[in-house]
Amino acid sequence: MAAVRTSSEVAFNRIAIAAVLIATLIFLAPIYWIASTAFKPKELAVSVPPTVLFQPEVTPFIRLFTKRVQMQKPVDPQVYEAAPWWEKRIYDGGERVLKVGKDVQLSQYPDRFMNSLIVAVISTVLAVGMGTFTAYGFSRFKIAGEADLLFFILSTRMLPPVVVAIPMFLMYRMVGLNDSHIGLIILYVAFNLSFSVWLMKGFMDEIPKEYEEAALVDGYTRMQAFFKIVLPEAATGIAATAVFCFITAWNEYAFALIMTNRRAQTAPPFIPSQIGSGLPDWTTIAAGTFLFLLPVAIFTFLLRNHLLRGVTFGAIRK
Amino acid sequence: MASVALTNLDPASRAAARGWSDLTIRNLFIIPTLVFLIVFNIFPLIYSLGYSFTNFAANRSEPWQFVGLQNYRELLSDDHIWSNFVITAKYVIVSVAGQMIVGFGLALLLNRSFPMKGLITTLLLLPMMMSAAVVGLFWQLLYSPSWGPINYVFGLGDFAWLSNPDSALYAVAITDIWMWSPFVMLLSLAGLSAVPQHLYEAAAIDRAGWWYTFTRITLPLVSPILLIALIFRTMEAFKTFDIAYTMTTQPTAELIAIRLYKQAFQQWDTGKSCALAYIVLIMVLAITNLYVKYLNKVKER
Repeated sequence: MAAVRTSSEVAFNRIAIAAVLIATLIFLAPIYWIASTAFKPKELAVSVPPTVLFQPEVTPFIRLFTKRVQMQKPVDPQVYEAAPWWEKRIYDGGERVLKVGKDVQLSQYPDRFMNSLIVAVISTVLAVGMGTFTAYGFSRFKIAGEADLLFFILSTRMLPPVVVAIPMFLMYRMVGLNDSHIGLIILYVAFNLSFSVWLMKGFMDEIPKEYEEAALVDGYTRMQAFFKIVLPEAATGIAATAVFCFITAWNEYAFALIMTNRRAQTAPPFIPSQIGSGLPDWTTIAAGTFLFLLPVAIFTFLLRNHLLRGVTFGAIRK
Repeated sequence: MASVALTNLDPASRAAARGWSDLTIRNLFIIPTLVFLIVFNIFPLIYSLGYSFTNFAANRSEPWQFVGLQNYRELLSDDHIWSNFVITAKYVIVSVAGQMIVGFGLALLLNRSFPMKGLITTLLLLPMMMSAAVVGLFWQLLYSPSWGPINYVFGLGDFAWLSNPDSALYAVAITDIWMWSPFVMLLSLAGLSAVPQHLYEAAAIDRAGWWYTFTRITLPLVSPILLIALIFRTMEAFKTFDIAYTMTTQPTAELIAIRLYKQAFQQWDTGKSCALAYIVLIMVLAITNLYVKYLNKVKER
């Protein structure tokens, strides 16, 4: 700025930055609490006063992945000595790991995590694939009632999940798609497709038409121009759209709660069901939550320059 | 004709004649998506519209009967449903107002250059990217009356945020504010950075005060984008299900989406819940319409 800054302006600036830093700490505190509880010894998770600094341990993750039972009597010292380090941690907590023969019995968590991964990845590929073609169509061709069609597409995204879930549940029950990966994938594609069309249309609109027109003049067909010129140009947009669709499908709760209960259940409805009755083991829940949130946190950093565009369906760019 | 002149490309040129016609490609690219959305979104809604006029119960095998508008009549005269709508309205007002104030406030603070601004902005955006159901669940521990860090830090003793009927809804709203203020902040920052710097310089030359500059320059120029944030968050808050469902079971925090879920999948009152779903749907579509209108307005600028 050309104007000379007064000392009061400088002071105000400093106060504002200090306020931002404090606000950031407050906003991150719950996330820190999840991450730290995931590495706490069981008794420190519910200590009074709350424990902030402690010696981190990985026992919650061992508990997260194994099936265990309370031990009636102390473990045989010989068995304890022969056990691998992680099993000793479980013995130390007064529990033993369930086994069939020599095979450790895994908890349901890895299974639910895989379900989340399968459903989110496949639905993302389909939603972004279809969305990219459709966005190109809307971006480049004249379409009668284009605004109405785009509104129709967006409005499907706004439908409350529970409203859609009631008839879908009945229809899935008829054709046997309840508690199946395919059933959930279809719902997530339907949910993400509109988002993908809108976001990709924004990216497509930014690719100059002249590129394809030059290619057409050079002897490409429209399809060749699309695959060889437009798609490579749109790569960043496709990647950003895919990450957004993945996060939405990964986080989705209502459809998963209603449509799945065992075989295809994803992590979001599973994690709260771990609470059960009595005193919940918060360290194990935190460990499961931590692993579940980690990919989203990483993706948020990768996406940081596209977040604004993503949350406004491509309407507002930087 | 529609089949020619779809693009700026000269339709008589050789390029346009090669391969599939533009019309074929357009249809090939667009129609599958429209069909998919109609089959999996619109058809189910028509299906449930039909059931909303019956006494169908999905957990019983007895044949259902056509009951006309009875479901709708009963719902609209049911005090319980009205109280769910009142709870939802309270929730929407408190959480959206909170998000607008905190989010816009944060954006005003962030709207200056300082070291590591990009990193701090991204860190602030983390809550909104996370699963509401899973994070909401964990807030149960934060709010815990016996060992929750919140009560410890604020010296609230054993105040039971989530099991106290008076505070449960507001406790959920606070978590929602924590999650979604970053969304308002993100949009506000975009609006603030679009305000031309020379307006501020002119105001400074005229020795305009901070408040005057804020109300006469900043606010009017940012308000279209704030309005978008407001409408979008209102719509999302109205639909809230997961965060409230995993955080508390208090009837005083029973939002309309939770009521709908219970009626459909716990009481198995399918016909009536289809009718309630339609009432909710019409309200959501009205807000969506408003949202898209303003979205297009901002887009045109």
